[in-house]
Amino acid sequence: MLSAESIAKIDRELAKYPANQRRSAVMSSLAIVQDEHGWLSKESISDVAAYLGIPDIAVLEVASFYNMYELKPTGKYKLTVCTNISCMLRDAHGIVEHLEHRLGIHCGETTADGKFTLKEGECMGACGSAPLLLVNNKDMREFLTNEKVDEMLEGLK
Amino acid sequence: MPTIEIDDKVIEVKAGSTIIEAADSMGIPIPRFCYHKKLSVAANCRMCLVQVEKMGKPLPACATPVTDGMKVFTRSQFAVKAQKSVMEFLLINHPLDCPICDQGGECELQDIAVGYGASGSRYTEEKRVVLNKNIGPLISTDMTRCIQCTRCVRFLKEVGGMMELGMVGRGEHAEITAYVDKSVDSELSGNIIDLCPVGALTSKPFRYSARTWELIRRHSIAPHDGLGSPIEMHVKGNTVMRVLPREDEAINECWISDRDRYSYEALNSADRLTTPMIKDNGVWVETDWQSALEFAATRLNDIARNNPQDIGVLVSPNSTMEEAYLAKKLAQGLGCGNVDHRLRQSDFRLDSKHIGTVWMGCNISDVQSMERVLVIGSNLRNEHPLLTHRLRKAVKAGAELSLLNPIDDDPLMPVAHKTICAPDAMVNALAQILKAMSVMPRYAGHLSPAVSNLIDKVKVQSGPQSSAQAIAESLSGSSASVDLVAPRAAVLLGNIAVHHPRYAEIYSLGEAIAELCGASFGVLSEAANSVGADFAQVLPNADAMNARTMLESPRKGYLLVNVEPELDCHNAHLAAKAMAEAECVVALTVFKSEALRDADVLLPIAPFSETSGTFMNMEGRVQTFSAAVKPLGECRPAWKVLRVLGNVLNIPGFDFDSSEQVSREIFGGEDPSQLASNRLNNHLYDSGVRDAARVNDETPNILQRIGEISLYQADALVRRAAPLQKTKYAVPLAAYMHHAQLAQLGFQAGGAVTVSQGNGSVSLMAQIDDHVPIGCIRIAAALKETAALGDMFGPLEIKAVEIKAA
Repeated sequence: MLSAESIAKIDRELAKYPANQRRSAVMSSLAIVQDEHGWLSKESISDVAAYLGIPDIAVLEVASFYNMYELKPTGKYKLTVCTNISCMLRDAHGIVEHLEHRLGIHCGETTADGKFTLKEGECMGACGSAPLLLVNNKDMREFLTNEKVDEMLEGLK
Repeated sequence: MPTIEIDDKVIEVKAGSTIIEAADSMGIPIPRFCYHKKLSVAANCRMCLVQVEKMGKPLPACATPVTDGMKVFTRSQFAVKAQKSVMEFLLINHPLDCPICDQGGECELQDIAVGYGASGSRYTEEKRVVLNKNIGPLISTDMTRCIQCTRCVRFLKEVGGMMELGMVGRGEHAEITAYVDKSVDSELSGNIIDLCPVGALTSKPFRYSARTWELIRRHSIAPHDGLGSPIEMHVKGNTVMRVLPREDEAINECWISDRDRYSYEALNSADRLTTPMIKDNGVWVETDWQSALEFAATRLNDIARNNPQDIGVLVSPNSTMEEAYLAKKLAQGLGCGNVDHRLRQSDFRLDSKHIGTVWMGCNISDVQSMERVLVIGSNLRNEHPLLTHRLRKAVKAGAELSLLNPIDDDPLMPVAHKTICAPDAMVNALAQILKAMSVMPRYAGHLSPAVSNLIDKVKVQSGPQSSAQAIAESLSGSSASVDLVAPRAAVLLGNIAVHHPRYAEIYSLGEAIAELCGASFGVLSEAANSVGADFAQVLPNADAMNARTMLESPRKGYLLVNVEPELDCHNAHLAAKAMAEAECVVALTVFKSEALRDADVLLPIAPFSETSGTFMNMEGRVQTFSAAVKPLGECRPAWKVLRVLGNVLNIPGFDFDSSEQVSREIFGGEDPSQLASNRLNNHLYDSGVRDAARVNDETPNILQRIGEISLYQADALVRRAAPLQKTKYAVPLAAYMHHAQLAQLGFQAGGAVTVSQGNGSVSLMAQIDDHVPIGCIRIAAALKETAALGDMFGPLEIKAVEIKAA
């Protein structure tokens, strides 16, 4: 079931589109639901579909297409490091290696205590601040160095 | 109109059309996988790349609109290089195991690879593997073969009306799947097998049973609903291995429903009767034709000599025109007028009032261009799976669909207005619509005195009035900008209306509504040959008994042509009782059947695949077909059996050498379609029934049954098609009711209840179905489990089964 808060937020998104085109709000609705639960379960996807009045599979198509939607539970903090060209030239791979070393996991894995998930990401459109990563899709950390990464990890409790 | 040049050939094409349409009309082949003329353009396979003059890149022919003076090259070095490159990409992940693929030999990828594929692959990496999905009992999947053309996805969304498949994931991880563990439940799902250009989706029942080049293709006509889709039966040896659609833009476009596609599975079921049988002291004994026919003739003759009216003749509306006509002729020869094919009808007040043969009132292809449609008493997808697609097209193009139904099942298209009410309230609901319409200024001055009198009587109710008003406004066109000069509107009656105990009133009020707003009016006929049997006058003589009275006052003898009495007749209980009480029941039947336990002689006849014959579909189209295979065992075409029976009975005029001779006699040697168009007419001689309609009945406070025939129970053939019975449409039998009704009666969902109608009762499970209006219980008919019950629509009693304390 969608929570009352999620429904309120989704309704706000729906107001941006014509009443007969509720499917337009599918991406924002999925983001809202993911913010609440941390990931998108099949039940959440069905709930969004039912609320928007579109087929389940149409929502799953969207949810499975984009990287930032999670179809499996993640750790408390999901770290997505950009490894596209600008970041790569600024040694994003070094950052990834450092993170892998610090967390003891590889990209795509979650730490045993369920705290961190590490992911490789695609260009986030902020190449001027490369290398960078996103914490839980929303919080961008820029001009990364190993020291900054350590400091960040200390801060994420 | 723009003129374009394709491969140096000049053609004038419609503005807005695409290169591939132009090329197809000229017969210039362009390879394609994702493009299909009946589906939206996806342009995702890229196989149709062509060279266009002054364009630096190859363009997809399916998605490029023509412009005046455009020069297209489909076979230039540039184009072919592009096509070959795409082919190489498509083959990267496709398995190279055609010999073990069921599509081998009829595979578009295989065919096009011969023309455009390289002799070897440059790809040395690992190929991807995609897990197979179980999407139901009809379609087998092999998803590694999929090339992501998305034809299946688009078909189910655009034609099926429900997006049941989708492409999840991205890039190399993209795959076609249904949602989580759902199956594909569309009643048109089999068409995605035909659409799939590779072996990813194949027919589950047909799988690994034959190769395309072993099959002989024989034309036939689908024998189920009134659409009469042209089909192709694929035959190996003397067995129908599968059924595919033939294309006819005017009837089925290029689709067929799953019922038409998979019912062939029943043709060789273990239930087939292959030798004549006579009941001897209560024991069935196999016999030869001679004895069986003599036995049948003697018994019938004995009864007829005494009083010919002691015989009743019931003919299935799925029988061919020839069979139905000969049954009628045989009865006439015996001096008996009790002949009927309207087995599930229960209201015959309009008999002798029809000017002509009742039909759908317009052509099948007109349905999609209607602007306003009122459908009365039809669970559309259940009754007319493929015709519903035409309605869906109309609605997509902006038509307003209104429904008046006793069940609120989703037709998978937007419904503008609907009145869902108990069966008994439907006449009143129609009167409300007529009344709402009559006060509109456009019509107020045109009412005949009789109609004025009638609507004066109608008390405007607070309940369904608002939707009646909306439906009236929609039909008259006042709620939308539609062409009022030449209105494209239709009022259509479905099977539920025809089976309704007050069909005559529904019909005449529907006709009045249609007449007032200039809509075409008609009946979506139930079975493959309902219209044909009507046309051939396979109806009771004046003052003779109809399909219901023949059972109400049991006859001494019955002649059944392809009828399973308790499953095919309106009142199962009456039918079974009449058969049990009869002295002699002669049954021409394709199958051995529990429903024929009280018969005295069974004559094995050929199903549609083993006989020649003629069907007349709901638009009056006369379609003749020949046998696809030889009759099984001792089976004989029913027209031959009836002919010989006529001969044995010494009835004159039974010397036919072929079914063509019979049909020539039916049509009096005239052109069938000419004759049909003269004879089809939905008008009534007089409006007596309408004028006397009970328009204000107080809704009685008794529970009513909605005895619907489910999709795969409609006739003897589909009832025995095993794969269809495994689909989600084979809804578990239960007493379905609205949750409020359940609470009011104090039942538990899943609890056992006893349902009684008349003298019969059955034990069922109570279940919730909020599509059923209050005051009604939905209990499927045409099932042996409910054969003890009576009328398909009518009062019933229901009580919880008491659990006795131990």
